[in-house]
Amino acid sequence: MTATIQPPRSGNPSSGKPSSGRIAPKYRRSGGSKGNFEMLAWLFMRLSGVVLVVLIFGHLTVNLLVGEGIHAIDFGFVAGKWADPFWQFWDLAMLWLAMLHGTNGVRTIINDYAEKDATRLWLKIVLYAATTVIIVLGTLVIFTFNPCPVANGVQLPGGFCPAP
Amino acid sequence: MSAELAEPASKIELPAGVGGGGEIPSFDVTLRVRRYNPEVSEDATWDDFKVTMYGTDRVLDALHKIKWEMDGSVSFRRSCAHGVCGSDAMRINGRNRLACKTLLKDLDTSKPITVEPIKGLPVEKDLIVDMEPFFQSFREVMPFLINRGHEPTKERLQSAEDRERFDDTTKCILCAACTSSCPVFWTDGQYFGPAAIVNAHRFIFDSRDDAGDMRLEILNDKEGVWRCRTTFNCTEACPRGIQVTQAIAEVKQAILSRKV
Repeated sequence: MTATIQPPRSGNPSSGKPSSGRIAPKYRRSGGSKGNFEMLAWLFMRLSGVVLVVLIFGHLTVNLLVGEGIHAIDFGFVAGKWADPFWQFWDLAMLWLAMLHGTNGVRTIINDYAEKDATRLWLKIVLYAATTVIIVLGTLVIFTFNPCPVANGVQLPGGFCPAP
Repeated sequence: MSAELAEPASKIELPAGVGGGGEIPSFDVTLRVRRYNPEVSEDATWDDFKVTMYGTDRVLDALHKIKWEMDGSVSFRRSCAHGVCGSDAMRINGRNRLACKTLLKDLDTSKPITVEPIKGLPVEKDLIVDMEPFFQSFREVMPFLINRGHEPTKERLQSAEDRERFDDTTKCILCAACTSSCPVFWTDGQYFGPAAIVNAHRFIFDSRDDAGDMRLEILNDKEGVWRCRTTFNCTEACPRGIQVTQAIAEVKQAILSRKV
């Protein structure tokens, strides 16, 4: 008379194997990730965050509070700022840091919340594409900004230049 | 009949308010227990049990009463029943706690008390979950002393200050209340989880241990400490009062100071 005693935690009765010693595939980690990418991303978030606080509040103060404040902002104000390499660098740093900081934040949110690998992949492709477009476009604008736009030999309205 | 069975009046005068087990206030409370039995149904349901309990009773006592007197099929884990073994972590009124350390009188007894299995681990039956993924992460951080020096003939001495460095994380009883309260662990179960990091911390900062670097390397994984979002759920859930989030932050700092 042999009674078969079911092993405890027989999570999968069809296989007849005890589930202790095995882990549901969901929990199995896919090998060790070499490199320090996650560490550097974590560090970047902290450092860029601190720098961004300075950059953004400096930006807001100069644009909205100093002098005539918000009433002074027009095409000429922006043109004047971007004629100065200091503000070019300031705005460039703000653009890159804010974009990378935000992108990394959204990346972690996608990692945390996307349930399917395919969803995760596509969301990240869209995210990185959007980031690349905005960074490239923004950088181009800062460096190639022309305060005196001319089209077909005619000065465009809104230009901020002495008449030729 | 009842007059014959009554105890003879005590001859000792006791001042009012002393002794007498009957003085503990009793109250009715409803326990809403999450039931799941894969042999019967794939769907989990709620079962309500109304029990009369006393002011000194814990949630575990109510569960015992239910299991022993009302429905023997209610399944849960408990071993020591005194907050040491860490078997009976469960989600009581939406928070992870030990059933044996939660007094009923501290909960809102006017409403049903919900009792669920801890989240994020596969439920096996009722309140019992498969702890294997949890212990796998625990094993991966090598939670044991590794010392490459000569084997001492006596105990390995350590100064009180060196011992104090990791005192908080020695308190862990592996109940999984922290890991199963972590929203990052809930998402895909890949994260090592607070408990594994706490137990790594216990050896990383032990002056007698030589494998701190190896453990830091393990936790530098993409599913390691960097997935912590500092929501403090783990610190709040820990029945031993371990400052779990702080321990994780200290491990992060240790990895950074080693690499940068």
